[in-house]
Amino acid sequence: MENYLQTDQHTSQRYNAELEALRSSVLTMGGLVEQQCRQALEALVNGDEELARTVAKSDHLVNELELQISAQCTDILARRQPAARDLRMVVAIIRMVANLERIGDEAAKVGRMAMKLAYDRDRQSYYSEPQHLGEGVGAMLRGALDAFARLDVDAAIDIIARDEQIDREFKTLNRLLMTHMMEQPQRVKSMLRVNSCSRAFERIGDHAVNLCEEVIYLVDGSDVRHLTVEEVRQRHSS
Amino acid sequence: MERVEQPGTAGDIASTSKRPLDIREHVERADYQTIGTPFAKDAKMTARNVNVYYADKQAITNVSLDIGRNEVIAMIGPSGCGKSTFLRTLNRMNDIIPICRVEGEFALDGEDIYGEEQDTVLLRARVGMVFQKPNPFPKSIYENVAYGPRIHGLAHNKAEMDEIVEDSLRRASLFNEVKDQLDKPGTGLSGGQQQRLCIARAIAVSPEVILMDEPCSALDPIATARIEELIDELRENYTIAIVTHSMQQAARVSQRTAYFHMGKLIEVGDTKQVFTMPKHELTENYITGRFG
Repeated sequence: MENYLQTDQHTSQRYNAELEALRSSVLTMGGLVEQQCRQALEALVNGDEELARTVAKSDHLVNELELQISAQCTDILARRQPAARDLRMVVAIIRMVANLERIGDEAAKVGRMAMKLAYDRDRQSYYSEPQHLGEGVGAMLRGALDAFARLDVDAAIDIIARDEQIDREFKTLNRLLMTHMMEQPQRVKSMLRVNSCSRAFERIGDHAVNLCEEVIYLVDGSDVRHLTVEEVRQRHSS
Repeated sequence: MERVEQPGTAGDIASTSKRPLDIREHVERADYQTIGTPFAKDAKMTARNVNVYYADKQAITNVSLDIGRNEVIAMIGPSGCGKSTFLRTLNRMNDIIPICRVEGEFALDGEDIYGEEQDTVLLRARVGMVFQKPNPFPKSIYENVAYGPRIHGLAHNKAEMDEIVEDSLRRASLFNEVKDQLDKPGTGLSGGQQQRLCIARAIAVSPEVILMDEPCSALDPIATARIEELIDELRENYTIAIVTHSMQQAARVSQRTAYFHMGKLIEVGDTKQVFTMPKHELTENYITGRFG
C-alpha cells in the first residue's frame, strides 16, 4: 500500500514534486493539530494555564496551513487537471483540510475553557473525567493520520468503528456532570465548561471519522460518507 | 483467460476484481481480456475479435467493442496504440491501404459491413468521417457541402440542394458565419470554420455514425470548444466515435471511454468511472500521466 499513490512516477517531475509537497503539507498540518489536541487535554487535566493559553492562541498556525494547502490544491487542479487517483487525492485533501482546521478550532476552544478552569481550586474532583474521553479521541486522530500516511483502508475502518464507543462515553460523562451539578449547584458554571470540553473532544472524534472516510475514498474510490460502519465494511469487502 | 462474449448485453467483465491481471501478462498475451463494458445494451455498430495487420506487423489484437446508439465514445491511448486504425476499420478506410489486412466481424445495425455485396461508397455515407486536419475541397463553401448529396442523388432540384446545404451548415453551427459568402472558397475560412465545414460536409449525406479522428488537434481552444459543443448537439441524432489525444476532451464530450494500449483494448467503461476510478493500472498510468 505504501507506494499506492506513486507520486514519484509521473512523466512530469514537477508534478511529482507538487503532489508530494501537498501530501507532506497535510501530514504537517495533521501533526500540528494532533499536538494541539494533546496539549489541550494536558492543560485541562493538569490545570496548566500557561499551556492552555498556548493552545488557545496557536490555531492561527493551523489556519495558515489550511490556506496554504487550499492554494496548493487549487493550483494543481488548474494547472495539472489531475485524473483518477491524483484527482481523488486532491479532492480528499480539500475535504480533509477543512476537517483538520475544525479540529484545530475545537482544540483551541478546549484551551480557552482550560484557561478559565485553571483558577478553580476544586478541579481534581471532576476535571479528570474528560481525560479518558480525550485520550481515546487523541488515539483516533493519530490513527486517522496514520491511515492517511499509509493509505491503510482497514485501519481507517477500524477507527470509524471506534466512534460509537466515544459517543457512549460522552453521554455517560454528560450524565455524570449533571449529577455533579445537582450536588454542587455553586459549581454549575465550571461544570458547564468541562461539559463544553467533552463536547469538543466528541466533535474531534467525528472529524477523525471524516478523515478516515476520505482515506477510503482516496484508495477505493467509494464515497462512504453517511454510511454505518457495517455498510462501510460491506462496501470495502465487495 | 476465458473471453466473455455477450453481444448485445452490457457485460461487466472482471468488475469484481480490483487488480484483475498482471500488466505484463496483459500486454504480452494475445488472449487478454478487456476490462469493463465493451458491449453496449443498444449497439449501433459492433466489432468482434478484430485483428488488423500492416504487412507482417500486427496493429490491433483481438479487439471487441460496441458503439452504442446515440452515444459518444472516446478512444484514447498513446501514439501507435491502434485507436485510429480501429476507428478506420469502422468505415473500411483501411481498404485503401494495400498492405493492410483486417480480420474480424463488423456490423452496422446487425448488417455485415465487410460483406461482398457491401458498397463502400454507400457505407462511408452511412458512416462518415472527420479528419485531424480540416480538408475542405478546393471549391466553394456551397459545393463542399453539396458534393456528397449530389453524388448520392439526395436532392432532386436546386431548391432541395439549397435546403440540404443550409440545414447541414446550421447543424454544424457555421451557417450564420458564412451565409453571405457561400460561393467563396472553403479553403479561405479559418481553421475552426474549415473543420466545421468538414463536419457539415459529413452530415450533409445524413450519416448514421460519425467517426472523428482527432478533430480538434489543429484548432485553438475557442474553435475546440465550439466543435465540442457541436458534438454534444449532434449526439441527439448521430452516433459518434472520436479518437483524441486530449484526455480532457475525452472526459468532456464522451459517455464511454475506451483505452487502447499496444494494439489491445485494455479497458472500456463509463467515462466518469474511467477518469475517476479506472480499473486497470495501464489506464490509470496513462490518464494520470505516469510513465509505464
